[in-house]
Amino acid sequence: MSPEIAIVAAIALPLCGAVLIAACHRVPNLREAVTLLTAAALFLTVATLVPGTLAGELPAVRLLEPLPGVAIALRVEPLGLLFALVASLLWIVSSVYSIGYMRGNGEAHQTRFYVCFALALASTMGVAFAGNLLTLFFFYEALTFATYPLVTHHGDAEARQGGRTYLGVLLLTSTVFLFPAVVWTWLAAGTLDFVPGGILAGKLSGTEVTLLLALFMFGIGKAALMPFHRWLPAAMVAPAPVSALLHAVAVVKAGVFAVIKIAVYIFGLGASGASFDWLIYIAGFTILAASIVALRSDNLKRRLAYSTVSQLSYIVLAVAVLAPLSIAAAALHVASHAFGKITLFFAAGAIYTVSGKTEVSQLDGIGRRMPLTMAAFSIGALSLIGIPPAAGFLSKWMMFQGAASAAHWTALAVLAASTLLNAAYFLPIVHAAFLRAPSPGEVPHGEASWTMVTAMAFTAAVTVALPFAIALPLGLARMVAGISP
Amino acid sequence: MIAEHLPALQVVVPLICAPVIVLVRHRGAAWAVATLASWAALAMAIALAVKVSQSGTLSYAIGSWPPPWGIEYRVDALNAFVLVLVSLIGSIVMPYAKVSVAAELPQEQEYLFYALYCLCLSGLLGIAITGDLFNLFVFLEISSLSTYVLIALGRRRQALTAAYQYLVMGTIGATFYVIGIGLLYLMTGTLNMADMAQRLAQVTETRPLIAALAFITVGIGLKLALFPLHQWLPNAYAFAPSVVTAFLAATATKVSVYALIRFNFTVFGGTPLLGEVPFHELLMVVSIAAIVTMSLVALYQDDLKRMLAYSSVAQIGYITLGVSLANPSGLTAAIAHLFNHGITKGALFLLVGTLALRCGDTRLSQLSGIASRMPLTAFGVVLSGLSLIGIPGTAGFITKWYLVRACLENGSWWLAALVVATALIAVGYVWRFVETAYLKAPGPQAPRAGETPPWMLVPAWLLVAACIYFGLETSFNVGYVVEAAKLLLAQGGG
Repeated sequence: MSPEIAIVAAIALPLCGAVLIAACHRVPNLREAVTLLTAAALFLTVATLVPGTLAGELPAVRLLEPLPGVAIALRVEPLGLLFALVASLLWIVSSVYSIGYMRGNGEAHQTRFYVCFALALASTMGVAFAGNLLTLFFFYEALTFATYPLVTHHGDAEARQGGRTYLGVLLLTSTVFLFPAVVWTWLAAGTLDFVPGGILAGKLSGTEVTLLLALFMFGIGKAALMPFHRWLPAAMVAPAPVSALLHAVAVVKAGVFAVIKIAVYIFGLGASGASFDWLIYIAGFTILAASIVALRSDNLKRRLAYSTVSQLSYIVLAVAVLAPLSIAAAALHVASHAFGKITLFFAAGAIYTVSGKTEVSQLDGIGRRMPLTMAAFSIGALSLIGIPPAAGFLSKWMMFQGAASAAHWTALAVLAASTLLNAAYFLPIVHAAFLRAPSPGEVPHGEASWTMVTAMAFTAAVTVALPFAIALPLGLARMVAGISP
Repeated sequence: MIAEHLPALQVVVPLICAPVIVLVRHRGAAWAVATLASWAALAMAIALAVKVSQSGTLSYAIGSWPPPWGIEYRVDALNAFVLVLVSLIGSIVMPYAKVSVAAELPQEQEYLFYALYCLCLSGLLGIAITGDLFNLFVFLEISSLSTYVLIALGRRRQALTAAYQYLVMGTIGATFYVIGIGLLYLMTGTLNMADMAQRLAQVTETRPLIAALAFITVGIGLKLALFPLHQWLPNAYAFAPSVVTAFLAATATKVSVYALIRFNFTVFGGTPLLGEVPFHELLMVVSIAAIVTMSLVALYQDDLKRMLAYSSVAQIGYITLGVSLANPSGLTAAIAHLFNHGITKGALFLLVGTLALRCGDTRLSQLSGIASRMPLTAFGVVLSGLSLIGIPGTAGFITKWYLVRACLENGSWWLAALVVATALIAVGYVWRFVETAYLKAPGPQAPRAGETPPWMLVPAWLLVAACIYFGLETSFNVGYVVEAAKLLLAQGGG
């Protein structure tokens, strides 16, 4: 398959999958088979792009030109490829998990669920392979709308409220900040293409750069920078697979992906550090504040959501430091956080499916009944805290190095403090699950269905194995930052 | 031979069809004649548009009387664009009318509807094509008089009051317009637009001209529902038959905006007049007021038709805002939005019309869970709603892009902020429908509505598809418009 066809196929495949899934709505087994096949085909398609990209090719496709001079264009580059690989691989895993979860919980509207999931993945691929800012914006917005039906899946008052917050915050930020920022960039630079080294050099004054950066950073609501983070906990009303794949991987990573991409390819690493300094403080504040909220949340999914908010700001912080090493760390963290966090959400969903438990305080002794689930949970937690050998250790280590190399002591202090906070809100769960006695009078239960356990085992295994197969993601991450591999 | 007379035929064909329909009286035949007339008009409009893009502005002398003595039809990029919009909407709503009109009107009145529709269509096309100020008034009256009756045909008794209200307002508007034309004629001794533009530049006594400008602007402002002259519109849209609402919302106000733009740039553009009075500033103020207040009012409507009607007034505000900025991007946004909003609102009103037919009610409180009963209709509303908001990938986004760009080019940060912030209000009212239709269970009194008959659903979805298509492939609604905007600004003595 030629790389050009592969890029288009990466978006077309999930779209066709969505149509087929809808067509098979009467035969659930066939419908799920279509989902799995589409996911597998997507991953293989994306994988075909790896050798060329590592060799330095940047295949591109122009599709349409809705505005004179600005096309809908797709282009493969290392960061997008890394993101697409992670998202498409995890789509396979989470589809396996979804089958167990959706059937185990007797959810309604399963066809709509799988259709929207496929549409969300198509949008994610569009974000990953966007060749310019307009294309990125198109698919970024498409992702919001494709995921809205998933967030409001249950259709009750709580889902409606969650959906309002979700859509409200995401559209508010994208319409009021991001969109004018895109138009402004177009007016200032005369182009919207992603170019290594940026397109704004010398086009705007220092204050204007700071203002534009603020519009972009707050405009990308999916990166959940405070105070525009509330949509993420609100999205937790969705079924667990949605929280796992979309709100730990695809949607939030689309946000931070856009942050990295805009910093590297619009502003350029040569941009004045003074314009980025304030971002370190906002991101640092978000990391600490979200960690503290996570610490105080008893609801497990809410705790995980706030942990995501804080982890996303790690990436924004690393970007704001503007050192090549920290950019590479940011890119790598996209992958390592994805595997760790999806494992945690899988575990939370499994616990809910078999026991109906949603609160941290109910989890005493649950490790004895669900040893595999809680083992996977522990691995995910270790990765997020940054304890070797789990994958999170590597990206965090590089972040420390990057911050130190740029002599950003605030960033270093925040990273250190937040590591302690991470440990403080994850380790008690692990401790309670394995070492505390279960409260008496509980209904006995075992592990969740094999599909869910398999999915969790896989992501946990990858979390541990990633540091030993780091060459590919690290290679791509270094290419993004312009460090020769 | 025929190609030479296209500008005249463009108006005459639908005009002749009206008496033909009255003579035939048979409702099936009436429908067929009206449909064919619309399609013929569309074919001619497209032919004209192609011709204009190839060989520049066309001038056609009615009865071979050379202008400025005779009536001149003058087709440039702007006219051709509006002609395509009007006839396109006509061509799409006519198939829809077959079922919709049969359901809403008594059988013996059906042929009258089609006759009046043909009159209205030719009137609107006439306004768009003529290069003569008095001829424009004649067509304005033809379209308005037929519109009053079309609205009065509505099933409910309030339709009569709505039509009467519009009649009074519309007549005031037409009178103001004629007074303005009279003053201009006094000062220049001509009625031909191009000729007048030249002569106006030599008039030294500007006071009568300022009065003329004021009269004409208010007169046309009434027809285009310029805030605060919009009071007739919500009732008219809410109580007219569904087809009429869709047709008028997509064409009538748009043609009036066209007339405003024509006066602004072609007629008065070359004079220093617009610099002497704060015309564009005033237009900007009322536009902003329209956008903000009417969007908020739309947010609180229970009846979908009224919600969309108020949204129309707000959207017209975006168009006049673009005009008031008077720079290339702003004018592009304004003209493009004539089309983009035309197809978007057309699609929405057609779909709401199907809800009215199936459920007998268009109030949100009665439409809970309608998406499970009429999935295609509901999804169509969502998609065209996204275009109304201006989500990327829809026609509405194209407008928003150019409008925000125009504001930034003008250095008006706060204006750009206002445009994007008010788009969020549109999200609010569109999402009220989404939550009602998708996230509420059908109530016990909910009608057991099935999906709409294809005669209505297909035309509506054609427009929905157009909202997406013209958001991605924009050689017509941007490429063509940029030319029109350039031409206008050149006429404006720029």
